[in-house]
Amino acid sequence: MSNFIIPNLQKEKIESYLKEGKRLDGRKAEEYRELFVEDGVSENSASAVRVRFGKTEVLAGVHLALAVPYPDSPDSGTFMTSAELHPMASQQFDIGRPGINSVELARVIDRGIRESGFIDMKKLCIKEGEKVYQVFVDIVAINDDGNLLDVAGLAALIALGRARMPIYNEEEDKIEGYSETEKIPLENDVLSFSMTFHKVGNVIVADVGHEEEAISKFRLTVAMGDNGGVPRITAMQKGKAGTISSDDMETILKLAESKWAEMFPKVKEYVFK
Amino acid sequence: MVKKGRQIVVPGEVVATGNEFLPGDGAYRDGQDVVAGRYGILDIQEKQVRVVPISGAYYPRRGNTIIGTIVDITFNGWLIDFGGAQNAFLPVAEVPRYINRNELREFLDFGETVVVKVWDVKARGIDVSMKMRGFGKIEGGMIIPVNSNKVPRIIGKEGSMIKLIQGATGCEITVGQNGKVWISGKDGDSEIATKKIIEFIAENIVISGLTEKVEKMIKEMGFKTSGIEIIAENTDEGSEE
Amino acid sequence: MGEGIYTKREDGRAFTDVRSMKANVGIVPSADGSASFETGKTKAIAVVRGPRTLHPQHMQNAQTGILRVSYGMMPFSVEDRIRPGPNRRSEEISKVTEWALSSVVDLSGFPNTVVDVFVQIPQADAGTRVAGINAAALALAHAGIPMKEMVSAIGVGKIDKTLVVDLDKFEDSVFHDGEGSTDIPVVVTSRTKEIALLQLDGKISVDEFKQTIEMAKKACDDVLKVQIDALKNMSEVKDE
Repeated sequence: MSNFIIPNLQKEKIESYLKEGKRLDGRKAEEYRELFVEDGVSENSASAVRVRFGKTEVLAGVHLALAVPYPDSPDSGTFMTSAELHPMASQQFDIGRPGINSVELARVIDRGIRESGFIDMKKLCIKEGEKVYQVFVDIVAINDDGNLLDVAGLAALIALGRARMPIYNEEEDKIEGYSETEKIPLENDVLSFSMTFHKVGNVIVADVGHEEEAISKFRLTVAMGDNGGVPRITAMQKGKAGTISSDDMETILKLAESKWAEMFPKVKEYVFK
Repeated sequence: MVKKGRQIVVPGEVVATGNEFLPGDGAYRDGQDVVAGRYGILDIQEKQVRVVPISGAYYPRRGNTIIGTIVDITFNGWLIDFGGAQNAFLPVAEVPRYINRNELREFLDFGETVVVKVWDVKARGIDVSMKMRGFGKIEGGMIIPVNSNKVPRIIGKEGSMIKLIQGATGCEITVGQNGKVWISGKDGDSEIATKKIIEFIAENIVISGLTEKVEKMIKEMGFKTSGIEIIAENTDEGSEE
Repeated sequence: MGEGIYTKREDGRAFTDVRSMKANVGIVPSADGSASFETGKTKAIAVVRGPRTLHPQHMQNAQTGILRVSYGMMPFSVEDRIRPGPNRRSEEISKVTEWALSSVVDLSGFPNTVVDVFVQIPQADAGTRVAGINAAALALAHAGIPMKEMVSAIGVGKIDKTLVVDLDKFEDSVFHDGEGSTDIPVVVTSRTKEIALLQLDGKISVDEFKQTIEMAKKACDDVLKVQIDALKNMSEVKDE
């Protein structure tokens, strides 16, 4: 009753094509779909962008609000990521409470941004122990044609990269719109982005379409940042029930390094535009 | 008054006025007027006025040929996912040979693909059969999902479009009216070319000149189109009912 | 009109003018039907999935399919972030939208099924429910759902003593002077010109109310033009 039942013959065909280094849409195993980025989805927030890989589309927006800091870090802003894999985007997503897929997606992206220190939280403190900015990243899936993880992850980074600083009215203690010129404080040097690789048949595949995603044995998301021109791993998440052999790991890491070298300049350009 | 056929009409649009016109599928009468009851292309045959959908979900009809996948096996038949509102049921009595109750899975297993005929559409689901010639299990090849409303264009008048593609790429093609197109070729290149052509037809509602466009595409891909006679298309027509 | 304190609109529109509108059909490839509708800075997208089997089974109706609408604002659509998920306001708007659309949709051919309409607002500047309904009507048509006619929606109202069409956020929720602001979302059917949704929030005389309804009907003709244009010139349609 869903489009996600993949017939055996389709699975066999996808796998046999991959043995010859081909995919049904004509791409090579490690090739990403065309990336599309659009700004200005909502001018009521600090930023809001639309990001597409092929037909997979995600909106991401950033909001800043006033908050009380956590007692253990009284001089730091706070941060939260939420994701809605809305039933609008796929027949697979349910109506109602966010499912485990939304929660995992939001948590993986949240950790990646938080742990890398990409947002300079100290600069988001207004008054120590009393008032800080809380940064919200909200992700809404519009159309799922596979690899929402990478599309959403990139959308979150681009939205943060373009997020404007709020204008704080101290007297009335409220935010009055966003600055035209000032962006939120980011540690540009620690930017890292994630790439998800799936094992489909016997081949490691990048940027899966939804059929490949449905039949893959496992996925491994690798986030990498720049360490003096050399990629450095900043976060990982393995998904699905399959296990990773040493050879697979070797292949994925090599692929991740070469894809990172190819894509990082482009990602940087989009994020810090 | 009657509007010119083969144009896009919207719900609520008056497409003909006068008692001589008969509202068919997708149209309804209101006083003197015949009104479009859905979005699609206006089709006028004599005094019969109907609106043929160009988008939206697939609705099975008796006699349709559909392609689907076995998703469940019961004590007396198979449940088939074909991308519709409900699964289709294939009773054990509707396959071409006698099957023992405990052999169901050996005959058709989970995940296998079949081409079947719709023989009954009920409120709770549809029943299908594979007793006739040309129906049964499909092996190998691949499925290309398209919008079911584009199927008549992929088939072409009396199958002319399929013949054109098959003649050029050498791929076998079976079209399910539920928007599942099965293709199988000798090599990957011919299959990918066939897939691209079918997707081109499905993604473009070209109201006229489709055959010429496909011929051009085939030539650009380096295939030959000779030896096939193309019948002048009338793409509004369902090819087979 | 014109005796009150509200004599000029900030964006230069005449009081009976709608904001600039834009509509697009077929924006979400995996859906059965989809559309976007923009009025000024208010943007709405609508996605239709179905007819499909309704679960749980006891909610099914053996005589007809059911239309189910879910309206929501994206967290970043307004200045104060909205928590994702349903709230009281979105649930009410979902229901009135469902009624408005059900008045023209005919699902008797699809018993035991549901047609889901998802309306989402990426950017809000008042009038989100009417923009959502305009997008939803387009998405339902695009999904090939049987419909007797289209519906078009507009917000009308009264700012102090002045009757206006298509209120923006300032007029809808910032303006409080004089007699304040009255907001009246209206949905009009495209052929029979009847009212499929009506809500009112404010203070207005019976005569003024009658006038605003006439203004709404005129404005809905403009909305309908934009909707028909989007359907007839769907990007994938190429007539040569």
